[in-house]
Amino acid sequence: MAVSVRHVAMRRLGNVVFVGFCGAVTAIALTALVMILYSLVSQGLAGMNLDIFTKSTPAAGTPGGLINAIVGSIMMSIVGMVIALLIGVLAGTWLAEYAGDSKLGAVVRFLNDVLLSAPSILIGLFVYEMLVFPFKTFSGIAGGVALALLAAPVITRTTEDVLKLQPTALRESGVALGAPVWHVIRTILWRGAANGILTGGLLAFARISGETAPLLFTALNNQFFSWDMRHPMASLPVVIFQDALTPYPDLNKLAWAGALLIAAAVLTVTVVARAFSKESKR
Amino acid sequence: MSTALNARPRRTAPRGFAFEPIFRALCFSAAITLLVTLGGVIVALAIGGWPAIAKFGINFVIGATWDPSPDHEVYGAAGPIIGTLITSAAALMMALPVAGGVAFFLVELCPTFLRRPIGTAVELLAGIPSIVYGMWGLFVFAPFFAKYVEAPLMTAAPAGSIWEAVFSGIPNGSGILAASIILAIMILPFMAATLRELLNTVPAAVRESAYGLGATTAEVVMSVTLPYVRRGAIGAVMLGLGRALGETMAVTFIIGNSHGFPKGLFDSGSTIASTIANEFNEASGLQSAALIALGLVLFVITFTVLALARLMLRTQAKG
Amino acid sequence: MALSPPHAAPDISVAQMDKSRVKLDVQNLDFYYGNSHSLKGVSIPFEANAVTALIGPSGCGKSTLLRTLNRMYALYPGHKATGKIMVDGEDILGPGVNLSMLRAKIGMVFQKPTPFPMSIFDNVAFGVRLYEALSKAEMADRVEESLRRAALWDEVKDKLLTSGLGLSGGQQQRLCVARCIAVKPEILLLDEPTSALDPISSAKLEETVTQLKSDYTIVIVTHNLGQAARLSKYTGFMYLGELVEFGETAEMFTKPVTTRASDYITGRFG
Repeated sequence: MAVSVRHVAMRRLGNVVFVGFCGAVTAIALTALVMILYSLVSQGLAGMNLDIFTKSTPAAGTPGGLINAIVGSIMMSIVGMVIALLIGVLAGTWLAEYAGDSKLGAVVRFLNDVLLSAPSILIGLFVYEMLVFPFKTFSGIAGGVALALLAAPVITRTTEDVLKLQPTALRESGVALGAPVWHVIRTILWRGAANGILTGGLLAFARISGETAPLLFTALNNQFFSWDMRHPMASLPVVIFQDALTPYPDLNKLAWAGALLIAAAVLTVTVVARAFSKESKR
Repeated sequence: MSTALNARPRRTAPRGFAFEPIFRALCFSAAITLLVTLGGVIVALAIGGWPAIAKFGINFVIGATWDPSPDHEVYGAAGPIIGTLITSAAALMMALPVAGGVAFFLVELCPTFLRRPIGTAVELLAGIPSIVYGMWGLFVFAPFFAKYVEAPLMTAAPAGSIWEAVFSGIPNGSGILAASIILAIMILPFMAATLRELLNTVPAAVRESAYGLGATTAEVVMSVTLPYVRRGAIGAVMLGLGRALGETMAVTFIIGNSHGFPKGLFDSGSTIASTIANEFNEASGLQSAALIALGLVLFVITFTVLALARLMLRTQAKG
Repeated sequence: MALSPPHAAPDISVAQMDKSRVKLDVQNLDFYYGNSHSLKGVSIPFEANAVTALIGPSGCGKSTLLRTLNRMYALYPGHKATGKIMVDGEDILGPGVNLSMLRAKIGMVFQKPTPFPMSIFDNVAFGVRLYEALSKAEMADRVEESLRRAALWDEVKDKLLTSGLGLSGGQQQRLCVARCIAVKPEILLLDEPTSALDPISSAKLEETVTQLKSDYTIVIVTHNLGQAARLSKYTGFMYLGELVEFGETAEMFTKPVTTRASDYITGRFG
């Protein structure tokens, strides 16, 4: 009997240690993350001013802003998203509607998953070899393509997943009315899956808008404001990277402001995406 | 009414059937584009890196001298390779118990009213761009780390003891250990969110029947929940590892960027990704090839890890 | 227990059925997918403007038979049907059949309601738009007429432009019936149309079918013997891919010829 009492006590103790550990690490983790957010917000707000939205990259010691980087980021992200949506939605549709259990389908599905989490810097190197080296210039287009290759696997995956959630009978009732399959996919299935696909698109957008590494060797950077995507183009992440690594406090400040802008944009997009996915679950 | 109803309408066959094979081909070619991209990454890296691989052979991977000066160019990438493996492994060892703790806390222990806000916060943090973690590491963490961790430990380490070697380096806040910690913080929300999602897939009935037998929370987690999601959990961990291996920005800011073998925890080092990020734009010729070959090495490492991770997550999903 | 011998010729010599009244005639139909042979030599006539029920235990092939009638199986590679299915004298299994025109003639309603993710109006107009270029007014008339025939008009006339997904299960199923008859088919295939509905919605749907039966050739697959008895003029009993017995519903339910059918109808198995 005594043994049993001790046994129970040991089990209790083990449980207390476990529960304590879980609570403690959660507290530590949340503290660390709150500290990061605090630095980001306080330093970022300190660097915020109107110049940021009106002026381009300054030399150290002179006033300047981030407008060239903001516009560059937006343009390259848009190009990236357009390409990625095109590839991703179609490829996801192929996987969900046409590939079935075929071997090729399994291979594409698997390699898409690998691509989904491949290091982004390697995508940058690949696009450099394909679009920068042969044309002998860094360009906004190359940057957009690199971002597209990062976003496409995300969209492919979500598109396949949400299309597979649509009941088979829905497909069949379209076909039973005599509609061509692609018409059924376009007018019924895509519409039914629209919220889910939109969510995937927004999450992909959130992912690429903060990417730095793939832009370093593709779009490079540009001190000046430019709409021309055939030439090097500034982007927020790359400007932050370069400004943060200089020893000049005013450029560091600009980097913080840029980081806050990106993080705020990414968080907003993520929150919107979550709202959409909740809507579609209802 | 009835006659109108039964009158057969004049129908024409729907147009658009001609587009059926075209649409199918479009979808198929999009899927193939993804395949070609991945294949293209491998081929482009192999071709671009070939001059360096051909010249240095096995020494490219095991050689420890990385010297781009034009007179005696030598590229041995053991430093960055080891740096990549060490920082990722260390980051994983630090992040895993914490991420596990957070996930268990959220699923088993957390009061209901906190569950959603904390869970959501963790998921949102997983989406913060890594460059933010890098900046925070450089500007906030490094000075703190230098002053309150590195300097005291180096002073405290008895001369001649093993600790002196372990804690050797420059107490400026950047180095192998600092980079590992930042990496750990960066992959933490991702791993915690993935693990939480996995734990939520355990049917309530399974857990409840264990609690019903009088098991404590720790026992339920250790002997019921965890084994239930074992393969998936390993997959999630390896996905986290994959992220750490390929991460560029969170590391480049704070690892110190030197190419030799790191000699101590506070010594500066480099990873494959940070080396490429730092040097590629100024490189040409053989150095450029060497950097691309370095990319190939990173690809092989991450591909292996990711492929294993996905296989395991997939078997888990199948049940 | 005496079973009817396998491949026994089912009793399809229904004296009352005049050959000229057969709208849809299945002759010696076999169906295969992969290694399974799920319909074996099925021959069954369906009388025009009458309801024929297909009954039998799960997996007996009654739904498969239904899905060959509009060649739904053609959607899936590896599915194959041999034999003849004559509709108005044309073999729809033959080559060169336009599947769209076939399916415009043969409508289908599924087990679970499948409203499309669009407005009630667009749901009903979806099929019509495939085949006919109607003016706005004509289309509005067609939609109204179809919804009336499906006994749904009064419930939805004020919200035609709201999503079809917002209707109750029973209403959704009647919307699917309306969508189907809007194309003006001649044959309706109903695949357990009430199995996902509550009793009141089921009763309403049965009422709708009753009102439609004088104008359409209807084939209904059902697990509900009461439903088969209430709705149908003829019944086919299937077992393990074969049509075991076929005859007038009233006859079969009171004096089944085969032991199998008798056992199933009296609830001894199935």
